Amino acid sequence: MSPQIHLVNRAPIPAQGPLVAHGLSVVYNGKPALWNVDFAAPAGALVGVIGPNGAGKSSFIKAALGLVPWASGWATLLGEAPGKSRARVGYVPQRASVDWDFPASALDVVAMGLYRKLGWFRPVNRRTKEAARACLERVGMADFADRPIGQLSGGQQQRVFLARALAQDADLYLMDEPFAGVDAASEQVLISALLGLQAAGKTVLVVHHDLQTAPDYFDHALILATRAVASGPMAEVFTAETLQEAYGGRLAPSQLAALAV
Amino acid sequence: MLDALLLSAGYNAAVAMIGATLLGVAAGPVGVFMLLRRRALLADAASHATLPGIVLAFLVNLWLTGEGRSLPVLLAGAGAAAALGVLAVQALQANSRLSGPTAIAVVLSGAFGLGVVGLSYVQTLPVAGQAGLDQFLVGQTAGMRLADAYLIAGVAAVLVVVIALLFKELRLIAFDPEFAAAAGWPVQRLDLLANGLLLATVVVGLTSVGLVLIVAMLIIPAVTARLWTQKLGRMALLAAAFGGVSAYLGAAASAGIHHLPTGATIVLAAAALFAVSLPIAPLSRPRRAPTALEPPV
Amino acid sequence: MNPFLAIDLPALLIAIAASVACALPGSLLVLRGQALLGDALSHMVLPGIVVAFLATGRIASGPMLLGALAAGLVGAGLIALVRRAAKLEASAAMGLVFTVLFALGVVLLETEAARKVDLDLNHALYGHLEAALWLEPRAWSDLAAPSIWLTAPRPLLMLVPVALALAVLLVLAYKELRLASFDPDYATLQGFRPRLIDFALTAATTLAAVAAFEAVGSILVIALLTCPAAIARLCTDRLGAHIGFSVLFATIIAVIGYNSAAQLETSGSGTIAAVGGLAVALAVIVRRLRLRVKPPVASPGNGPNTAVRPLRPGSA
Repeated sequence: MSPQIHLVNRAPIPAQGPLVAHGLSVVYNGKPALWNVDFAAPAGALVGVIGPNGAGKSSFIKAALGLVPWASGWATLLGEAPGKSRARVGYVPQRASVDWDFPASALDVVAMGLYRKLGWFRPVNRRTKEAARACLERVGMADFADRPIGQLSGGQQQRVFLARALAQDADLYLMDEPFAGVDAASEQVLISALLGLQAAGKTVLVVHHDLQTAPDYFDHALILATRAVASGPMAEVFTAETLQEAYGGRLAPSQLAALAV
Repeated sequence: MLDALLLSAGYNAAVAMIGATLLGVAAGPVGVFMLLRRRALLADAASHATLPGIVLAFLVNLWLTGEGRSLPVLLAGAGAAAALGVLAVQALQANSRLSGPTAIAVVLSGAFGLGVVGLSYVQTLPVAGQAGLDQFLVGQTAGMRLADAYLIAGVAAVLVVVIALLFKELRLIAFDPEFAAAAGWPVQRLDLLANGLLLATVVVGLTSVGLVLIVAMLIIPAVTARLWTQKLGRMALLAAAFGGVSAYLGAAASAGIHHLPTGATIVLAAAALFAVSLPIAPLSRPRRAPTALEPPV
Repeated sequence: MNPFLAIDLPALLIAIAASVACALPGSLLVLRGQALLGDALSHMVLPGIVVAFLATGRIASGPMLLGALAAGLVGAGLIALVRRAAKLEASAAMGLVFTVLFALGVVLLETEAARKVDLDLNHALYGHLEAALWLEPRAWSDLAAPSIWLTAPRPLLMLVPVALALAVLLVLAYKELRLASFDPDYATLQGFRPRLIDFALTAATTLAAVAAFEAVGSILVIALLTCPAAIARLCTDRLGAHIGFSVLFATIIAVIGYNSAAQLETSGSGTIAAVGGLAVALAVIVRRLRLRVKPPVASPGNGPNTAVRPLRPGSA
């Protein structure tokens, strides 16, 4: 048995749960981006998805949502196939994945979180706009409602994306690198929003690249390096051993010491 | 038809056909570099921009010499206008938020519109020779004067030689311009050279393939070659071969069959090579998924 | 006979209707970085038109419209197929397919049957805007009667309903188009089908291109799909205003272009296309000059725009 296997939490995967992945693999052009990942997010957990660049963190989120095809295995969201439960799942994509030069205001973007409720061809009405404005208020962006999104700073754009996910009023939230390129003020807003969601009993998965802050922000972790290196409560899995495993021994002892693990 | 294939359809036609073939040979590798640099449709803007240049050159020549139609003058005008077209695309992109495709489409249609305006003006003039100007739209090698045929064949031959000599440098800037710059290569000048080769190909192609379709001769042989190999050297050679063969077949067929337009026939020949390659070439997308995936290391 | 009513009015109305019909889908194509899809579509309809003519043996709107529509959609499908099969970037796949289909159309144009009638390459490239005659209205007052509009030239009778239909579609699917253009993955998660929306936009563009093609030719179609939207892109950061400006600028370009053509006695569609291109150049220059003299606006919390514009799939 290869050493990394025993680090994986091999407790039987429960069939029910906010997010369950079993043997999940994603392959792009013949190259595996994610390999045979088993993971079950505990209900009400704040899970950090951690790993180096190219570890398959985004692929994991997208595969769980059914946005990229599975090469093997399966995933369920809220106990159902991703295609069926999407109405109850909020998503914050990577900032680089959209065209920020597109002519839309912050309010327009947040209202997109409510399009499903409107359904095909029903126009955005006043009530939708009011609801979207309330969500912008929750992330401290109400004053920027009419600002074109391209003119906002990185942190502000991220807050708009968060507001859009909040507007969905989902039970499970998946966020892809929401903290990347974010100013301190926006970071605080994001943190308190995460804690607020947890307090309301929601489950949240956050792709995160900053090892320094990960133990403070999240109570659970999924450590990825194409394979799942470890998963479970933060205190148990965020160890020098798992991190060296995930980062392929590229972390210097001083770095590990700084992480105090 | 058989006569034409054997180059015995008359001396003028034979020289014109050799010129077209050499153009195809040059267009193949130029197209490979263009595709690698993701500038596939820049040539379309350049080629459509030649029309106002052709018309203007005709008018200037008419004013200077009393006779408008002189192929070298017209092609010089075409080349200058094509260069302006490329510069216009780059200026639009650099000075506004318009994306590359938008800039290309704007220059392509606007410049061609100017050319059409010029053509409709020239056609009202009481002089001879203007009727042939729109032959540059889809190309026509039949009935070409011998001097013109020599000119085209000569320029195309020079083009082929330049590409062969500068192959190493072109490969360098196509693959990794930043590395090339760091290694002390004059990247900007080489880039200019690459664009110059592109423009030269477009201008030479006006007579045989025509300005509407010349972009096909840059794209199709290069794309076909890419189905067969991943090595740049072989890709360029194959593209030259595909380009040459399709240009030769197309020019020969149109010389042999009455009313068959040269440019369109050349393009269809190139397309046929692509269509044949697609199902059998090794690098086409495999029909079936691989049976077993290698796990990551 | 009033020469303006008989000659200029129909041509002008056709030019305006074609401009509006093209500007509606064009405004979205430009936003999505798909301006060259219009280029491709306007070329790909040619073989469809010629085949429809060869099949029916006469120049009739119905079959030609259907043939062109079919060719446009087949071409769009071929682009997707070639792109996947040969692993090509979108612009290369487009350049390959549209030139081949156009070449096919050019060859078919030279067949005996097509040579006998007024169907040639020049027509395909720059249309017959000047050929539109409307002899029925004798005086301006005649236009007040609704029935006289049914005698309007064929291209106008085709373009006006197409423009109206496209406007209705755009209003109906406004929110879906915004979502699918801005963030296709999120559109999927919201239960919309971005691929279906992409296809609908392609079909709408084809319809506009086909309806305008016969009257104004493929080059003007590209100009009208792109130039008004490019100018609008420089004027506003609101989607609704962008589409509105596109339609407005399209109309202005058509009117100025047609009037210039009438003054200079040059090709109508060529002049309109040239005016479109020059108008974009003018807009870019004016915008540059305005940006240069404007002092930086300081507003609290409005950091620099750090967003990197990503290459979106489907663009060159």
